[in-house]
Amino acid sequence: MNLYTSVKFLLKKEIMLEWRSKYAFNGILLYVVSTIFVCFLSFKKIDPIAWNVLFWIIMLFASVNAIAKSFLQENTQRQLYYYTLVSAESIILSKIIYNCGLMLVLASVAFVFYNLVFANPVNDILLYVVCVLLGAISFATVFTLISGLASKANGSATLMAILGFPVIIPVLMVLIKLSKNAMDGLDRSVSYDEIGVLLAINAIVLTGSFLLFPYLWRD
Amino acid sequence: MRQNWWKILSVILILYSIIGGLLFKVPELAILNETIRNLFFHVPMWFAMIAMYTVSVFYSIKYLKNGDEKSDLIAVEAVNTGIIFCGLGLLSGMLWAQYTWGYFWPNDPKLNGSAITTLMYLAYIVLRNSFEDSQKRAKLSAVYNVFAFPIMIVLLFILPRMTDSLHPGNGGNKGFAVYDLDNVMRAVFYPTVIAWILVSTWIMTLRFRIRVLENSKNSY
Repeated sequence: MNLYTSVKFLLKKEIMLEWRSKYAFNGILLYVVSTIFVCFLSFKKIDPIAWNVLFWIIMLFASVNAIAKSFLQENTQRQLYYYTLVSAESIILSKIIYNCGLMLVLASVAFVFYNLVFANPVNDILLYVVCVLLGAISFATVFTLISGLASKANGSATLMAILGFPVIIPVLMVLIKLSKNAMDGLDRSVSYDEIGVLLAINAIVLTGSFLLFPYLWRD
Repeated sequence: MRQNWWKILSVILILYSIIGGLLFKVPELAILNETIRNLFFHVPMWFAMIAMYTVSVFYSIKYLKNGDEKSDLIAVEAVNTGIIFCGLGLLSGMLWAQYTWGYFWPNDPKLNGSAITTLMYLAYIVLRNSFEDSQKRAKLSAVYNVFAFPIMIVLLFILPRMTDSLHPGNGGNKGFAVYDLDNVMRAVFYPTVIAWILVSTWIMTLRFRIRVLENSKNSY
């Protein structure tokens, strides 16, 4: 089987698994919504800078929780079975694509709900949405390999956080800057640098995951 | 690496850097004043740290290629040594910051970047301790090490250049070389950098040899 068809089949399998149980996805959706609501009840009113940062902090914890389970759902025997069928590259690629999709849905829902609950001071809404989508993709690419690592170490949530947070901080800092630009409605040419850095980090992480996952998987 | 000449050379160069760094004439600049001499002690720490982390990632890649246990031991000892030099760099930098910028910890992207880098390598150590099986430990920590290295480059060299920073050569500031690193300072600075890289390598090889001895003792 070549890479394209195997990735397609694995993606189909991931979506099917998710659709059958719906437990993980609904769980994480409820997690985000209730976190936002807890924040709303605690803050009531919030100034624009904190509004922006709070959104990204919520997204950070939601994505850690959403992606942490991506390698834990299936038991080792089944993973061994995949090992005989497809290459490690197609596994990681399908997981990354699936997690990107999951995070895009999650981030959109979170963003809409966050805007409904809190008053919305964003000036350049289109750029902010682009930023949210970019952020969702970045979280997914970074955390997928980390969750693979953590799952090998018996999948403790602490390990996922301490391995993932230092790696995600540069992404988070750029995202907060970019979304701040969007909030202030600065000219879009100001933000090209940040978008470039985000895409570059994503490219580095993607190649890193692609090259390193085969070593991680084989044991 | 068992030869002695480079160890002797490193000691001589460090003695030279201490004497030269404290006694040679330095440019008189406002605010910096005599603290400019800290350049000879603060900056080489970071060179040594980067050198150690580079050695570590090199040996991690080597481990993934050949699965030799010694490569893994060198990688972990290089990280351990790098963390020590990072601590020394942070301490000397904090002192310098207190006298020139007024705070021990100004909100500077380079400082924060190096702190996060330290967190990353401490996480590497924690990750290592979470495995029982030594082969699994070596392989998975090598994967994380290789994964973390480009992020460290982004944190220390790319992000500080994009935002405002107090450090020279970042955020539109001119580099040290442009305006106040004269030839006398260069004559001390470059040998010092080489000296500390050699010393860090020396520490790393010593720790590595201790590890190898311990391992062979435990295996009987």
